[in-house]
Amino acid sequence: MISLNRVTRIFNSRDGDQVTALQDVSLEIGTNEFITLVGPSGCGKSTLLRIVAGLILPTAGRASIGGETITEPRAETGIVFQAPTLLPWASVLDNVLFPLRMMHRVDSTSTDKAMALLKLVGLKGFEGKSPRELSGGMQQRVAICRALVHDPDILLMDEPFGALDALTREEMTMELLRIWSERPKTVLFVTHSITEAVVLADRVVVMSPRPGRIQEVIDIGLPRPRSFETEATPEFHEASQRIRQLIFGTRHVGPGRAAA
Amino acid sequence: MSVQAAPPLKQGQKTARRKNRAALYELAVPLLATACLFLLWEGACRIFKIPGYLVPSPVDIWKETTAIGPTVAGHTLATFKTVMLGFVVSILISLPLAVILTASPAIAAAVYPFLVWTQSIPKVALAPILVVLLGTNELPRIVITVLVAFFPLVISIATGLLSVPPELIELSRACRASKLSELLRIRLPYAIPFIFAGLKVAISLAVVGAVVAEFVNADAGLGFLIQTSTAFFKVPVAFGALIILSIMGVVLFQIVVIAERVFFPWSSSNTTPGA
Repeated sequence: MISLNRVTRIFNSRDGDQVTALQDVSLEIGTNEFITLVGPSGCGKSTLLRIVAGLILPTAGRASIGGETITEPRAETGIVFQAPTLLPWASVLDNVLFPLRMMHRVDSTSTDKAMALLKLVGLKGFEGKSPRELSGGMQQRVAICRALVHDPDILLMDEPFGALDALTREEMTMELLRIWSERPKTVLFVTHSITEAVVLADRVVVMSPRPGRIQEVIDIGLPRPRSFETEATPEFHEASQRIRQLIFGTRHVGPGRAAA
Repeated sequence: MSVQAAPPLKQGQKTARRKNRAALYELAVPLLATACLFLLWEGACRIFKIPGYLVPSPVDIWKETTAIGPTVAGHTLATFKTVMLGFVVSILISLPLAVILTASPAIAAAVYPFLVWTQSIPKVALAPILVVLLGTNELPRIVITVLVAFFPLVISIATGLLSVPPELIELSRACRASKLSELLRIRLPYAIPFIFAGLKVAISLAVVGAVVAEFVNADAGLGFLIQTSTAFFKVPVAFGALIILSIMGVVLFQIVVIAERVFFPWSSSNTTPGA
């Protein structure tokens, strides 16, 4: 469904230098596949996500969805950011409806759709609340509803649980799997967390920095539906360990042997 | 059941009492402090026998000002009119100007020096020139008021328009929304707290601007009244006009504060329920 062919993106930094954020990234993503992108800071994960979103264009190479080259944002894509960035003046319901309003696609069924989504994420009865009355996890749930309200076939998530506390984060991970099983989408999920990457994904794309490129793509064969117990299986540990090796390489973590 | 129902009731009473106390502090304490100041003033004038043409006592100010009550009311109304017209025109100029400044770096670079230039000119020096240019009517007074009041408003609105989280702009672009709906649905609402911060400064400055204009060119207004009454050594009337001016400034400022609380209760400068 999403096809990246030798995608390269170079940014001009303020002092005139050129920074290669992505280099020769090629990846094929199937319909309703759950892909996680994991790697250290500066490996171009977010850049890759924004290229798929059509928010920035590749300097070289081709990115396409369903065979069509991405040249601008596409209506059938939903985005969730690290911060919920809800509108503080609008109610939860109006926040969910916001993309439809911006696209002039509000009709008589919109409110029902939004309410169904809020129910799906466990926020039934909160539609009239103001965002500041909700906790961080609840706000991020609203942001997920906002990304799903126009029923996109692609969902892009840029470290959506990165700003949440560890417990809420684990809860939201399972929540997302449940939502995804009820509303299958092609998901591209950027994360810093190896655990999160493995437990969510069909395939984990491990990236390396400077310049950002794909180091390895790891198939996660863990059976679905997954749960907290999944994290106790040997397969899970094996995949996590492999990713750790890829990211940290021969660097030894420990006192007195700092990475060069 | 009744035992369980009791604590919330008490809680409600407690918060109500706390609210009452907050209102008391907000209103009664400043009023009391002002009253004490006037009492001290009156006492000082009597004890030290300060002559009335230097510092009149509050009682004298009250007597002499109310003696020409209708005239003072007329002057107050004239100043009020200039302040309000100047304030409204400032808003009408600042809003589009801030939008243009934030929309295009090229226009911003071109217009910004002129904006700074209008601020560097002393308005008192500009006023007589404007009278020659525009005639001895209301217009130069409004122009002076606007020149004094509009700048902080432009700056705060522009700051507000740029304070939107970049993710929301990306979301707007991802929805393929037009620049206009981005402005109306995201940028302007986000700027509301900043706009009101600017309005609070602008309304206070509008009073200053109106009086500056009246000093140079007017046949009515509190600024005019202060000038004429000091020329004839009617110092208590001048003090009365000054007090009315300060009351006007405070009241107009509070109206802006209340307008923000009523129309935009989510705006950040207000205390928030549940946060």
